[in-house]
Amino acid sequence: MALSEKDVQYVAKLARLEVTEQEVAKYTQQLGNILGYIEEMGKLDTANVEPLTHPLDMKNVFREDVVKPSLTQAEVLSNGPEVQSGHFKVPKIM
Amino acid sequence: MELYQKTIHEIASDLKAKKVSSVELTKATMAHLKAVEPKVQSFITVTEEVALAQAAEADKRLASGSNLTPLTGVPLGIKDLLCTKGVQTTCASKMLEGFKPPYNATVVDRLNAAGAIMVGKTNMDEFAMGSSTETSYYQKTKNPWNLSCVPGGSSGGSASCVSADQAFGSLGSDTGGSIRQPAALCGIVGLKPTYGRISRYGLIAFASSLDQIGPMTKDVEDCALMMNVIAGHDEKDSTSANVAVPDYTVEMKKSIKGLKIGIPKEFFPEGMNPEVTAATKKAIDQLKSLGAEVHEISLPHSPYSLAAYYVLAPSEASSNLARYDGVRYGLRVPGENIVEMYSKTRAAGFGPEVKRRIMLGTYALSSGYYDAYYLKALKVRRLIKQDYDQAFEKVDVIVTPTVPNPAFKFGEKTDNPLTMYLEDIFTISINIAGVPALSLPCGLSKTDLPIGLQIIGKPFDEGTLLKAAYAYEQSTDWHRRKPTLKES
Repeated sequence: MALSEKDVQYVAKLARLEVTEQEVAKYTQQLGNILGYIEEMGKLDTANVEPLTHPLDMKNVFREDVVKPSLTQAEVLSNGPEVQSGHFKVPKIM
Repeated sequence: MELYQKTIHEIASDLKAKKVSSVELTKATMAHLKAVEPKVQSFITVTEEVALAQAAEADKRLASGSNLTPLTGVPLGIKDLLCTKGVQTTCASKMLEGFKPPYNATVVDRLNAAGAIMVGKTNMDEFAMGSSTETSYYQKTKNPWNLSCVPGGSSGGSASCVSADQAFGSLGSDTGGSIRQPAALCGIVGLKPTYGRISRYGLIAFASSLDQIGPMTKDVEDCALMMNVIAGHDEKDSTSANVAVPDYTVEMKKSIKGLKIGIPKEFFPEGMNPEVTAATKKAIDQLKSLGAEVHEISLPHSPYSLAAYYVLAPSEASSNLARYDGVRYGLRVPGENIVEMYSKTRAAGFGPEVKRRIMLGTYALSSGYYDAYYLKALKVRRLIKQDYDQAFEKVDVIVTPTVPNPAFKFGEKTDNPLTMYLEDIFTISINIAGVPALSLPCGLSKTDLPIGLQIIGKPFDEGTLLKAAYAYEQSTDWHRRKPTLKES
Protein backbone atom coordinates (compact mmCIF):
# COMPACT_ATOMS: atom_id res chain seq x y z
CA MET A 1 0.00 0.00 0.00
CA ALA A 2 1.70 3.19 -1.15
CA LEU A 3 1.42 6.15 1.20
CA SER A 4 0.43 9.50 -0.34
CA GLU A 5 0.93 13.03 0.93
CA LYS A 6 -2.84 13.19 1.36
CA ASP A 7 -2.68 10.16 3.68
CA VAL A 8 0.00 11.84 5.79
CA GLN A 9 -2.04 15.05 6.03
CA TYR A 10 -5.09 13.03 7.08
CA VAL A 11 -3.15 11.06 9.71
CA ALA A 12 -1.57 14.26 11.08
CA LYS A 13 -5.06 15.73 11.44
CA LEU A 14 -6.28 12.63 13.29
CA ALA A 15 -3.23 12.82 15.57
CA ARG A 16 -3.74 16.55 16.20
CA LEU A 17 -0.32 17.45 14.83
CA GLU A 18 0.11 20.62 12.81
CA VAL A 19 2.55 19.81 9.97
CA THR A 20 4.33 21.97 7.41
CA GLU A 21 4.51 21.12 3.69
CA GLN A 22 8.17 20.11 4.09
CA GLU A 23 7.26 17.80 6.97
CA VAL A 24 4.51 16.19 4.91
CA ALA A 25 6.98 15.47 2.10
CA LYS A 26 9.58 14.08 4.52
CA TYR A 27 7.14 11.93 6.48
CA THR A 28 5.51 10.58 3.32
CA GLN A 29 8.87 9.23 2.21
CA GLN A 30 10.05 8.00 5.65
CA LEU A 31 6.75 6.44 6.72
CA GLY A 32 6.46 4.83 3.27
CA ASN A 33 9.83 3.14 3.78
CA ILE A 34 8.90 1.92 7.24
CA LEU A 35 5.53 0.61 6.04
CA GLY A 36 7.32 -1.21 3.23
CA TYR A 37 9.44 -2.96 5.83
CA ILE A 38 6.41 -3.71 8.02
CA GLU A 39 4.62 -5.36 5.09
CA GLU A 40 7.19 -8.18 5.34
CA MET A 41 4.69 -9.61 7.83
CA GLY A 42 2.41 -10.32 4.89
CA LYS A 43 4.65 -13.28 4.00
CA LEU A 44 3.42 -15.12 7.10
CA ASP A 45 0.21 -17.10 6.89
CA THR A 46 -1.74 -16.09 9.99
CA ALA A 47 -5.20 -17.21 8.86
CA ASN A 48 -5.56 -19.60 11.81
CA VAL A 49 -3.66 -17.59 14.43
CA GLU A 50 -5.47 -15.86 17.30
CA PRO A 51 -4.25 -12.31 18.02
CA LEU A 52 -2.26 -11.82 21.24
CA THR A 53 -2.76 -8.42 22.88
CA HIS A 54 -0.83 -8.96 26.08
CA PRO A 55 2.15 -11.16 26.98
CA LEU A 56 0.78 -12.31 30.34
CA ASP A 57 -2.25 -14.43 30.90
CA MET A 58 -4.13 -11.85 32.96
CA LYS A 59 -7.72 -11.24 33.85
CA ASN A 60 -9.44 -8.06 34.96
CA VAL A 61 -8.18 -6.92 38.32
CA PHE A 62 -10.86 -5.81 40.75
CA ARG A 63 -10.65 -4.15 44.15
CA GLU A 64 -13.15 -3.10 46.79
CA ASP A 65 -14.75 0.26 46.06
CA VAL A 66 -13.21 2.02 49.06
CA VAL A 67 -12.01 5.63 49.14
CA LYS A 68 -8.27 5.90 49.80
CA PRO A 69 -5.98 8.93 50.17
CA SER A 70 -5.36 10.61 46.81
CA LEU A 71 -3.95 13.84 45.39
CA THR A 72 -5.48 17.15 46.48
CA GLN A 73 -7.10 19.47 43.96
CA ALA A 74 -4.18 21.89 44.36
CA GLU A 75 -1.66 19.14 43.56
CA VAL A 76 -3.60 18.01 40.52
CA LEU A 77 -3.80 21.58 39.20
CA SER A 78 -0.19 22.44 40.07
CA ASN A 79 1.21 21.71 36.59
CA GLY A 80 -1.69 23.16 34.60
CA PRO A 81 -0.63 25.70 31.95
CA GLU A 82 -3.73 27.81 32.69
CA VAL A 83 -5.80 27.36 35.83
CA GLN A 84 -8.75 29.34 37.13
CA SER A 85 -11.11 28.84 40.09
CA GLY A 86 -10.06 25.25 40.64
CA HIS A 87 -10.37 24.31 36.96
CA PHE A 88 -8.11 23.80 33.93
CA LYS A 89 -8.89 26.61 31.53
CA VAL A 90 -9.00 25.92 27.76
CA PRO A 91 -9.79 27.97 24.65
CA LYS A 92 -13.35 27.95 23.37
CA ILE A 93 -14.64 24.53 22.41
CA MET A 94 -17.82 25.49 20.50
CA MET B 1 40.56 2.88 43.88
CA GLU B 2 38.27 5.87 44.41
CA LEU B 3 35.10 5.37 46.46
CA TYR B 4 32.84 6.16 43.53
CA GLN B 5 34.46 3.43 41.42
CA LYS B 6 33.23 0.67 43.71
CA THR B 7 30.18 -1.53 43.15
CA ILE B 8 27.01 -1.32 45.26
CA HIS B 9 27.89 -4.48 47.20
CA GLU B 10 31.40 -3.19 47.92
CA ILE B 11 30.30 0.27 49.05
CA ALA B 12 27.39 -1.18 51.07
CA SER B 13 29.83 -3.09 53.24
CA ASP B 14 31.99 0.06 53.66
CA LEU B 15 28.90 2.02 54.73
CA LYS B 16 27.78 -0.69 57.11
CA ALA B 17 31.28 -0.93 58.64
CA LYS B 18 31.24 2.90 58.98
CA LYS B 19 34.42 3.26 56.92
CA VAL B 20 32.60 6.08 55.14
CA SER B 21 29.36 7.96 55.78
CA SER B 22 26.67 8.35 53.17
CA VAL B 23 27.14 12.14 53.21
CA GLU B 24 30.88 11.74 52.52
CA LEU B 25 30.17 9.18 49.81
CA THR B 26 27.46 11.32 48.22
CA LYS B 27 29.73 14.39 48.22
CA ALA B 28 32.59 12.42 46.64
CA THR B 29 30.27 10.92 44.02
CA MET B 30 28.70 14.32 43.30
CA ALA B 31 32.15 15.93 42.87
CA HIS B 32 33.16 13.23 40.36
CA LEU B 33 29.74 13.42 38.67
CA LYS B 34 30.15 17.15 38.10
CA ALA B 35 33.78 16.83 37.02
CA VAL B 36 33.01 14.42 34.16
CA GLU B 37 29.51 15.67 33.34
CA PRO B 38 30.67 18.28 30.79
CA LYS B 39 32.19 15.40 28.78
CA VAL B 40 29.53 12.70 29.24
CA GLN B 41 26.28 14.67 29.79
CA SER B 42 24.37 11.82 31.44
CA PHE B 43 21.92 13.97 33.40
CA ILE B 44 19.07 16.29 32.47
CA THR B 45 18.73 17.30 36.13
CA VAL B 46 21.33 16.86 38.88
CA THR B 47 19.58 16.65 42.26
CA GLU B 48 22.36 17.58 44.65
CA GLU B 49 20.10 19.05 47.36
CA VAL B 50 17.80 16.03 47.38
CA ALA B 51 20.82 13.71 47.43
CA LEU B 52 22.48 15.39 50.41
CA ALA B 53 19.23 15.46 52.40
CA GLN B 54 18.66 11.76 51.65
CA ALA B 55 22.29 11.00 52.60
CA ALA B 56 21.87 12.70 55.98
CA GLU B 57 18.77 10.54 56.59
CA ALA B 58 20.65 7.43 55.47
CA ASP B 59 23.45 8.23 57.91
CA LYS B 60 20.94 8.28 60.79
CA ARG B 61 19.76 4.87 59.68
CA LEU B 62 23.33 3.59 59.33
CA ALA B 63 24.21 4.94 62.79
CA SER B 64 21.26 3.13 64.36
CA GLY B 65 22.25 -0.05 62.52
CA SER B 66 18.64 -1.09 62.08
CA ASN B 67 16.44 -1.28 59.00
CA LEU B 68 19.49 -1.32 56.70
CA THR B 69 19.41 -2.56 53.11
CA PRO B 70 22.34 -2.92 50.69
CA LEU B 71 21.07 0.28 49.00
CA THR B 72 21.00 2.39 52.19
CA GLY B 73 23.16 5.44 51.56
CA VAL B 74 24.08 4.47 47.97
CA PRO B 75 23.87 7.12 45.16
CA LEU B 76 21.79 6.09 42.10
CA GLY B 77 20.57 7.68 38.87
CA ILE B 78 16.90 7.65 37.80
CA LYS B 79 15.75 7.72 34.17
CA ASP B 80 13.86 10.92 33.46
CA LEU B 81 10.61 9.13 32.63
CA LEU B 82 10.07 7.95 36.19
CA CYS B 83 7.98 10.37 38.22
CA THR B 84 9.83 11.95 41.14
CA LYS B 85 7.72 14.07 43.46
CA GLY B 86 8.58 17.75 43.15
CA VAL B 87 11.61 17.04 40.91
CA GLN B 88 11.40 17.94 37.21
CA THR B 89 10.55 14.90 35.05
CA THR B 90 10.81 15.65 31.33
CA CYS B 91 10.96 12.38 29.34
CA ALA B 92 13.70 14.34 27.50
CA SER B 93 10.89 16.24 25.74
CA LYS B 94 10.22 19.92 25.34
CA MET B 95 6.59 18.91 25.99
CA LEU B 96 7.32 18.23 29.68
CA GLU B 97 9.94 20.91 30.37
CA GLY B 98 9.41 22.06 33.96
CA PHE B 99 6.90 19.31 34.78
CA LYS B 100 7.09 18.46 38.50
CA PRO B 101 5.11 15.31 39.29
CA PRO B 102 2.90 15.47 42.41
CA TYR B 103 3.81 11.85 43.28
CA ASN B 104 6.60 9.27 43.04
CA ALA B 105 6.72 6.23 40.79
CA THR B 106 6.40 3.07 42.92
CA VAL B 107 10.00 2.05 42.07
CA VAL B 108 11.20 5.46 43.31
CA ASP B 109 9.19 5.01 46.53
CA ARG B 110 10.78 1.59 46.98
CA LEU B 111 14.31 2.93 46.47
CA ASN B 112 13.54 5.72 48.94
CA ALA B 113 12.20 3.24 51.48
CA ALA B 114 15.43 1.23 51.09
CA GLY B 115 17.42 4.40 51.85
CA ALA B 116 18.93 4.92 48.39
CA ILE B 117 20.19 8.35 47.27
CA MET B 118 19.04 10.00 44.01
CA VAL B 119 21.87 11.96 42.34
CA GLY B 120 19.89 12.97 39.28
CA LYS B 121 17.47 12.32 36.44
CA THR B 122 19.19 10.74 33.45
CA ASN B 123 19.01 11.71 29.79
CA MET B 124 17.18 9.51 27.31
CA ASP B 125 15.65 9.46 23.86
CA GLU B 126 12.52 11.62 23.81
CA PHE B 127 9.66 9.58 25.34
CA ALA B 128 12.07 6.58 25.14
CA MET B 129 11.80 6.49 21.34
CA GLY B 130 15.25 5.82 19.96
CA SER B 131 18.40 3.73 20.27
CA SER B 132 21.09 6.40 20.70
CA THR B 133 19.72 9.07 23.08
CA GLU B 134 20.15 11.50 20.16
CA THR B 135 16.42 12.30 20.08
CA SER B 136 16.61 14.01 23.51
CA TYR B 137 15.44 17.61 23.32
CA TYR B 138 18.07 18.64 25.88
CA GLN B 139 21.52 17.26 25.11
CA LYS B 140 23.58 14.50 23.54
CA THR B 141 24.92 11.95 26.02
CA LYS B 142 28.35 10.58 25.10
CA ASN B 143 29.61 7.01 25.40
CA PRO B 144 32.26 7.00 28.18
CA TRP B 145 34.33 4.47 26.16
CA ASN B 146 34.59 6.86 23.23
CA LEU B 147 33.10 10.34 23.44
CA SER B 148 32.45 10.52 19.71
CA CYS B 149 30.14 7.49 19.97
CA VAL B 150 26.55 7.24 21.18
CA PRO B 151 25.79 5.54 24.51
CA GLY B 152 22.85 3.67 22.98
CA GLY B 153 19.29 4.28 24.02
CA SER B 154 16.79 4.99 25.02
CA SER B 155 18.26 4.68 28.57
CA GLY B 156 21.54 6.25 27.39
CA GLY B 157 22.09 8.50 30.41
CA SER B 158 21.27 5.67 32.82
CA ALA B 159 23.97 3.57 31.10
CA SER B 160 26.63 6.28 30.75
CA CYS B 161 26.31 7.48 34.36
CA VAL B 162 27.00 3.96 35.69
CA SER B 163 29.78 3.30 33.18
CA ALA B 164 31.47 6.64 34.04
CA ASP B 165 31.06 6.03 37.83
CA GLN B 166 28.73 9.02 38.24
CA ALA B 167 26.34 6.72 40.10
CA PHE B 168 26.60 3.21 41.56
CA GLY B 169 23.59 2.01 39.60
CA SER B 170 20.51 3.37 37.88
CA LEU B 171 16.98 2.63 36.79
CA GLY B 172 16.17 2.42 33.11
CA SER B 173 13.17 1.27 31.11
CA ASP B 174 13.01 -1.12 28.17
CA THR B 175 10.29 -1.26 25.50
CA GLY B 176 12.32 -2.89 22.70
CA GLY B 177 15.88 -2.96 24.05
CA SER B 178 16.20 0.39 25.83
CA ILE B 179 17.96 -1.08 28.90
CA ARG B 180 19.94 -3.88 27.27
CA GLN B 181 21.26 -2.09 24.17
CA PRO B 182 22.78 0.91 26.06
CA ALA B 183 24.06 -1.47 28.75
CA ALA B 184 25.85 -3.43 26.01
CA LEU B 185 27.22 -0.31 24.32
CA CYS B 186 28.48 1.16 27.62
CA GLY B 187 29.90 -2.09 29.06
CA ILE B 188 27.56 -2.54 32.03
CA VAL B 189 24.86 -4.97 33.21
CA GLY B 190 21.23 -4.23 32.31
CA LEU B 191 18.17 -6.34 33.06
CA LYS B 192 14.75 -6.12 31.46
CA PRO B 193 12.62 -8.15 33.87
CA THR B 194 9.53 -10.16 32.94
CA TYR B 195 6.50 -8.11 31.92
CA GLY B 196 4.62 -7.64 35.21
CA ARG B 197 7.58 -8.29 37.52
CA ILE B 198 7.98 -4.62 38.48
CA SER B 199 5.33 -1.99 39.07
CA ARG B 200 5.09 0.66 36.39
CA TYR B 201 3.00 3.07 38.44
CA GLY B 202 4.56 6.47 37.77
CA LEU B 203 6.46 5.34 34.67
CA ILE B 204 5.48 7.72 31.87
CA ALA B 205 4.02 5.29 29.34
CA PHE B 206 5.35 4.69 25.82
CA ALA B 207 3.91 1.28 24.79
CA SER B 208 2.03 -0.23 27.68
CA SER B 209 2.05 -3.88 26.59
CA LEU B 210 5.85 -3.76 26.17
CA ASP B 211 7.34 -1.25 28.69
CA GLN B 212 9.26 -2.59 31.67
CA ILE B 213 11.49 -0.95 34.30
CA GLY B 214 14.81 -2.52 35.26
CA PRO B 215 18.20 -2.02 36.92
CA MET B 216 21.45 -0.96 35.21
CA THR B 217 24.54 -1.78 37.25
CA LYS B 218 28.30 -2.34 37.32
CA ASP B 219 27.98 -6.09 37.91
CA VAL B 220 25.50 -8.94 38.28
CA GLU B 221 25.43 -8.94 42.08
CA ASP B 222 24.40 -5.26 42.06
CA CYS B 223 21.64 -6.11 39.60
CA ALA B 224 20.34 -8.79 42.00
CA LEU B 225 20.48 -6.32 44.91
CA MET B 226 18.43 -3.72 43.03
CA MET B 227 15.94 -6.36 41.89
CA ASN B 228 15.42 -7.43 45.50
CA VAL B 229 14.22 -3.90 46.26
CA ILE B 230 12.14 -3.02 43.18
CA ALA B 231 10.50 -6.33 42.16
CA GLY B 232 7.05 -7.40 43.29
CA HIS B 233 3.34 -6.77 43.04
CA ASP B 234 1.87 -3.29 43.48
CA GLU B 235 -1.85 -2.68 43.83
CA LYS B 236 -1.41 0.66 42.03
CA ASP B 237 -0.40 -1.18 38.82
CA SER B 238 -3.01 -3.71 37.74
CA THR B 239 -0.53 -5.19 35.21
CA SER B 240 2.01 -6.01 37.93
CA ALA B 241 1.89 -9.72 38.66
CA ASN B 242 1.22 -11.27 42.03
CA VAL B 243 4.13 -13.72 41.81
CA ALA B 244 6.50 -14.39 44.73
CA VAL B 245 9.92 -12.66 44.53
CA PRO B 246 12.91 -14.81 45.54
CA ASP B 247 16.12 -13.42 47.08
CA TYR B 248 18.04 -12.92 43.85
CA THR B 249 21.42 -12.82 45.60
CA VAL B 250 20.76 -16.41 46.73
CA GLU B 251 19.46 -17.55 43.33
CA MET B 252 22.44 -15.96 41.60
CA LYS B 253 24.98 -18.09 43.46
CA LYS B 254 23.47 -21.48 42.57
CA SER B 255 25.44 -23.84 40.31
CA ILE B 256 24.99 -23.81 36.54
CA LYS B 257 26.08 -27.45 36.17
CA GLY B 258 23.68 -29.03 33.70
CA LEU B 259 21.99 -25.72 32.84
CA LYS B 260 20.52 -26.07 29.34
CA ILE B 261 21.46 -23.16 27.09
CA GLY B 262 19.77 -22.65 23.73
CA ILE B 263 21.55 -20.91 20.86
CA PRO B 264 19.01 -19.67 18.28
CA LYS B 265 20.46 -19.85 14.77
CA GLU B 266 18.42 -16.80 13.67
CA PHE B 267 20.55 -14.57 15.93
CA PHE B 268 23.77 -15.33 14.05
CA PRO B 269 22.95 -14.16 10.53
CA GLU B 270 25.43 -14.19 7.65
CA GLY B 271 27.52 -11.06 7.49
CA MET B 272 27.22 -10.13 11.17
CA ASN B 273 30.02 -8.13 12.75
CA PRO B 274 32.84 -10.72 13.19
CA GLU B 275 34.02 -9.26 16.52
CA VAL B 276 30.52 -9.54 18.00
CA THR B 277 30.13 -13.09 16.66
CA ALA B 278 33.54 -14.13 18.05
CA ALA B 279 32.95 -12.60 21.50
CA THR B 280 29.50 -14.24 21.74
CA LYS B 281 30.82 -17.66 20.70
CA LYS B 282 33.68 -17.39 23.16
CA ALA B 283 31.23 -16.57 25.95
CA ILE B 284 29.10 -19.59 25.01
CA ASP B 285 32.22 -21.80 25.18
CA GLN B 286 33.01 -20.31 28.58
CA LEU B 287 29.50 -21.17 29.86
CA LYS B 288 30.00 -24.69 28.51
CA SER B 289 33.30 -25.05 30.34
CA LEU B 290 31.48 -23.98 33.52
CA GLY B 291 29.15 -26.97 33.19
CA ALA B 292 26.30 -25.74 30.99
CA GLU B 293 24.91 -27.85 28.13
CA VAL B 294 24.61 -26.07 24.79
CA HIS B 295 21.79 -26.86 22.33
CA GLU B 296 21.10 -25.33 18.95
CA ILE B 297 17.49 -24.11 18.79
CA SER B 298 15.30 -22.11 16.43
CA LEU B 299 13.04 -19.10 17.01
CA PRO B 300 11.67 -19.18 13.45
CA HIS B 301 9.45 -16.08 13.65
CA SER B 302 12.08 -13.77 15.13
CA PRO B 303 12.92 -12.22 11.73
CA TYR B 304 9.39 -10.73 11.80
CA SER B 305 9.65 -9.24 15.29
CA LEU B 306 10.94 -5.82 14.20
CA ALA B 307 8.08 -5.42 11.71
CA ALA B 308 5.48 -6.42 14.31
CA TYR B 309 7.08 -4.11 16.88
CA TYR B 310 6.92 -1.09 14.56
CA VAL B 311 3.16 -1.59 14.35
CA LEU B 312 2.46 -2.45 18.00
CA ALA B 313 4.72 0.09 19.76
CA PRO B 314 3.74 3.13 17.65
CA SER B 315 0.05 2.17 17.87
CA GLU B 316 0.20 2.07 21.65
CA ALA B 317 2.31 5.24 21.70
CA SER B 318 -0.17 7.15 19.52
CA SER B 319 -2.81 6.39 22.13
CA ASN B 320 -0.63 6.99 25.21
CA LEU B 321 0.75 10.28 23.92
CA ALA B 322 -2.72 11.65 23.15
CA ARG B 323 -2.65 12.93 26.74
CA TYR B 324 -0.18 15.69 25.80
CA ASP B 325 -2.78 18.21 24.78
CA GLY B 326 -1.70 21.36 26.62
CA VAL B 327 -4.51 21.10 29.17
CA ARG B 328 -3.34 19.49 32.42
CA TYR B 329 0.47 19.70 32.31
CA GLY B 330 3.38 20.52 30.05
CA LEU B 331 3.63 22.88 27.15
CA ARG B 332 0.72 24.91 25.79
CA VAL B 333 0.81 26.94 22.58
CA PRO B 334 -2.25 29.21 22.33
CA GLY B 335 -4.81 28.73 19.56
CA GLU B 336 -8.06 30.28 18.40
CA ASN B 337 -10.02 27.21 19.43
CA ILE B 338 -9.25 24.02 21.29
CA VAL B 339 -8.32 21.87 18.28
CA GLU B 340 -5.91 24.52 17.05
CA MET B 341 -4.41 24.73 20.56
CA TYR B 342 -3.94 20.92 20.61
CA SER B 343 -2.36 20.81 17.15
CA LYS B 344 0.00 23.73 17.72
CA THR B 345 1.01 22.46 21.16
CA ARG B 346 1.80 18.98 19.87
CA ALA B 347 3.63 20.34 16.82
CA ALA B 348 5.87 22.49 19.04
CA GLY B 349 6.29 20.06 21.94
CA PHE B 350 7.23 16.80 20.18
CA GLY B 351 10.43 16.13 18.23
CA PRO B 352 10.58 14.46 14.79
CA GLU B 353 10.96 10.83 15.96
CA VAL B 354 8.01 11.10 18.35
CA LYS B 355 5.86 12.65 15.61
CA ARG B 356 6.90 9.93 13.19
CA ARG B 357 5.83 7.19 15.58
CA ILE B 358 2.57 8.90 16.54
CA MET B 359 1.67 9.17 12.85
CA LEU B 360 2.73 5.59 12.13
CA GLY B 361 0.58 4.32 15.00
CA THR B 362 -2.37 6.53 14.09
CA TYR B 363 -2.17 5.21 10.53
CA ALA B 364 -1.96 1.56 11.65
CA LEU B 365 -5.04 1.99 13.83
CA SER B 366 -7.06 4.04 11.35
CA SER B 367 -10.17 2.80 9.64
CA GLY B 368 -9.35 0.58 6.67
CA TYR B 369 -5.81 -0.27 7.77
CA TYR B 370 -6.43 -1.80 11.21
CA ASP B 371 -6.70 -5.42 9.96
CA ALA B 372 -3.71 -5.23 7.63
CA TYR B 373 -1.39 -3.72 10.22
CA TYR B 374 -2.50 -3.86 13.85
CA LEU B 375 -4.44 -7.13 13.81
CA LYS B 376 -1.74 -8.77 11.67
CA ALA B 377 0.95 -7.65 14.14
CA LEU B 378 -1.03 -9.10 17.07
CA LYS B 379 -1.16 -12.45 15.27
CA VAL B 380 2.57 -12.34 14.57
CA ARG B 381 3.00 -11.52 18.25
CA ARG B 382 1.37 -14.84 19.18
CA LEU B 383 3.68 -16.72 16.80
CA ILE B 384 6.75 -15.05 18.36
CA LYS B 385 5.51 -15.84 21.88
CA GLN B 386 4.89 -19.47 20.87
CA ASP B 387 8.48 -19.73 19.58
CA TYR B 388 9.74 -18.82 23.06
CA ASP B 389 7.24 -21.13 24.82
CA GLN B 390 8.40 -24.03 22.68
CA ALA B 391 12.10 -23.23 23.09
CA PHE B 392 11.73 -23.08 26.88
CA GLU B 393 10.31 -26.61 26.89
CA LYS B 394 13.79 -27.73 25.83
CA VAL B 395 16.19 -25.21 27.39
CA ASP B 396 16.50 -23.11 30.58
CA VAL B 397 17.98 -19.95 29.04
CA ILE B 398 18.76 -18.64 25.55
CA VAL B 399 22.03 -16.88 24.75
CA THR B 400 22.54 -14.38 21.89
CA PRO B 401 24.46 -11.19 21.15
CA THR B 402 22.65 -8.13 22.62
CA VAL B 403 23.34 -5.83 19.66
CA PRO B 404 24.67 -6.61 16.15
CA ASN B 405 27.49 -4.03 16.44
CA PRO B 406 29.41 -2.01 19.06
CA ALA B 407 28.61 1.69 19.63
CA PHE B 408 28.29 3.88 16.53
CA LYS B 409 29.19 7.52 15.89
CA PHE B 410 26.83 10.47 16.38
CA GLY B 411 24.66 11.19 13.35
CA GLU B 412 25.47 7.86 11.70
CA LYS B 413 21.91 6.54 11.82
CA THR B 414 19.78 9.67 12.25
CA ASP B 415 19.02 10.27 8.55
CA ASN B 416 17.33 6.95 7.94
CA PRO B 417 15.00 5.87 10.78
CA LEU B 418 15.02 2.24 9.60
CA THR B 419 18.78 1.82 10.13
CA MET B 420 18.30 3.04 13.72
CA TYR B 421 15.41 0.60 14.25
CA LEU B 422 17.66 -2.29 13.14
CA GLU B 423 19.83 -1.64 16.23
CA ASP B 424 17.15 -3.46 18.25
CA ILE B 425 16.89 -6.54 16.05
CA PHE B 426 18.13 -8.92 18.78
CA THR B 427 16.34 -7.32 21.73
CA ILE B 428 12.86 -6.58 20.40
CA SER B 429 11.28 -10.06 20.28
CA ILE B 430 11.86 -10.38 24.04
CA ASN B 431 9.49 -7.48 24.77
CA ILE B 432 6.94 -8.87 22.32
CA ALA B 433 7.00 -12.20 24.20
CA GLY B 434 7.18 -10.50 27.63
CA VAL B 435 10.07 -12.68 28.83
CA PRO B 436 13.06 -11.41 30.88
CA ALA B 437 16.52 -10.80 29.40
CA LEU B 438 19.80 -9.40 30.62
CA SER B 439 22.86 -7.94 28.91
CA LEU B 440 26.33 -8.18 30.41
CA PRO B 441 29.80 -7.32 29.09
CA CYS B 442 31.53 -10.15 27.18
CA GLY B 443 34.35 -8.43 25.33
CA LEU B 444 35.88 -5.35 23.79
CA SER B 445 36.28 -4.57 20.10
CA LYS B 446 39.69 -3.77 18.60
CA THR B 447 38.82 -0.10 19.05
CA ASP B 448 38.00 -0.63 22.75
CA LEU B 449 34.24 -0.56 22.53
CA PRO B 450 32.21 -2.92 24.74
CA ILE B 451 30.33 -5.95 23.39
CA GLY B 452 27.27 -7.30 25.21
CA LEU B 453 26.00 -10.84 25.74
CA GLN B 454 22.23 -11.31 26.03
CA ILE B 455 20.75 -14.05 28.22
CA ILE B 456 17.01 -14.63 27.85
CA GLY B 457 14.91 -16.51 30.43
CA LYS B 458 11.52 -18.00 31.14
CA PRO B 459 8.78 -15.71 32.49
CA PHE B 460 9.44 -14.81 36.16
CA ASP B 461 12.68 -16.81 36.13
CA GLU B 462 15.08 -13.87 36.55
CA GLY B 463 16.84 -16.00 39.18
CA THR B 464 18.14 -18.45 36.55
CA LEU B 465 19.15 -15.56 34.29
CA LEU B 466 21.17 -13.97 37.08
CA LYS B 467 22.69 -17.35 37.95
CA ALA B 468 23.99 -17.88 34.40
CA ALA B 469 25.19 -14.27 34.22
CA TYR B 470 26.93 -14.43 37.60
CA ALA B 471 28.72 -17.70 36.80
CA TYR B 472 30.00 -16.24 33.53
CA GLU B 473 30.95 -12.90 35.04
CA GLN B 474 32.89 -14.48 37.92
CA SER B 475 35.02 -16.40 35.41
CA THR B 476 35.92 -13.27 33.38
CA ASP B 477 37.03 -9.73 34.13
CA TRP B 478 35.13 -7.75 31.47
CA HIS B 479 32.97 -6.14 34.15
CA ARG B 480 36.06 -4.69 35.85
CA ARG B 481 37.23 -2.79 32.75
CA LYS B 482 36.75 0.95 33.04
CA PRO B 483 36.23 3.48 30.24
CA THR B 484 38.79 6.26 29.76
CA LEU B 485 36.51 9.06 28.47
CA LYS B 486 38.74 9.40 25.43
CA GLU B 487 37.93 11.25 22.23
CA SER B 488 38.61 9.14 19.16
